[in-house]
Amino acid sequence: FSLSGCRASGDGKPAKFQPPPKPVIIDKQKQRAERRFLSPEFIPPRGRTDPLKYYMERKDMIQRRKVFNIPEFYVGSVLAVTTADPYANNKSNRFVGICIQRGGKGLGATFVLRNVIEDQGVEICYELYSPRIQAIEVLKLEKRLDDNLMYLRDALPEYSTFDVNMKPVSRLDHEEIPVNKLQVRMKPKPWSKRWERPKYNIKGIKFELPESKMKEAQKWSQPWLEFDMLREYDTSKIEEKIWKEVNEGLKK
Amino acid sequence: STTGACRAIQKLTRVRVVDNSALGNTSYHRPPKCIHVYNKTGVGKVGDKILLAIKGEKKKALIVGHKMPGPTMTPRFDSNNVVLIEDNGNPIGTRIKTPIPYILRRKEGEFSKVLAIARNFV
Repeated sequence: FSLSGCRASGDGKPAKFQPPPKPVIIDKQKQRAERRFLSPEFIPPRGRTDPLKYYMERKDMIQRRKVFNIPEFYVGSVLAVTTADPYANNKSNRFVGICIQRGGKGLGATFVLRNVIEDQGVEICYELYSPRIQAIEVLKLEKRLDDNLMYLRDALPEYSTFDVNMKPVSRLDHEEIPVNKLQVRMKPKPWSKRWERPKYNIKGIKFELPESKMKEAQKWSQPWLEFDMLREYDTSKIEEKIWKEVNEGLKK
Repeated sequence: STTGACRAIQKLTRVRVVDNSALGNTSYHRPPKCIHVYNKTGVGKVGDKILLAIKGEKKKALIVGHKMPGPTMTPRFDSNNVVLIEDNGNPIGTRIKTPIPYILRRKEGEFSKVLAIARNFV
């Protein structure tokens, strides 16, 4: 229905035909490609080993990824992993937990899942590329304020309990990954590590310690570390190359 | 130099009894402690038998979980868990609520009665 036929000035003559405006198509595929996620175990560590070793490992990793889908996940997302276990009934074993740490590079990449079952904290370290893993599902994809959630061991157990029969939380494809800015409350000291010290640089704990203790912890700060040029490792160019390599490998 | 803390079970480690036996659940002014590990090395892992001192008595027990990280794909518990056992291998309690690792099923013959009373497996 175009209003160009009836003009308010009252000309009387029929108006010139104006075609409707072209619809703007927002291509969600392109938006998705703009957000790249390269799994951290693809990036080689800083060292003097031959890059051929990492190239061969990446080929094997891509081969495994073609057969078995390893989804994108971050530290702080809730996963459910089913592994093949000769000692379990039905030969398979399902464990649900929050990912607290992602370590290792190459084929030996691991991730640790933590959950509290029947008031007992359980942590299992899984190898991403192990052939014993039958399925990895991401029940809740989100990031947290830190890269390493080991402090959950000293936090109140309610922050590590996740329902075993949790339903996967649905999310749209093109949205940004939500960052959970949860500040966790801790059990009374002593803790397994002194998390208030600046070397751990933890932002996700609500420290209820007195000011004097927080000031004392700052005595161990090393403010020169971030400016140390010998410790710099710029991975942006390496990531670009590896991203292209991995994408081409997966498309074949 | 000193060795780091051994988070598996050895002599004088305080353990947590997880079955519902009377000996394990009644409170005492001293926590149950390991006094001997039936192993060539004195370090007890999951599936090893140990001697426990509870309430002034000596009792054998089976380790079902420890704080030390083991091989990958095996669970690591937040406390050193133990199930009280007789000399012939019969458990004293009747129910185990805390999760037990599936690895224990390897020696099905020795631990079949303990596995029968376990409820959750990890």
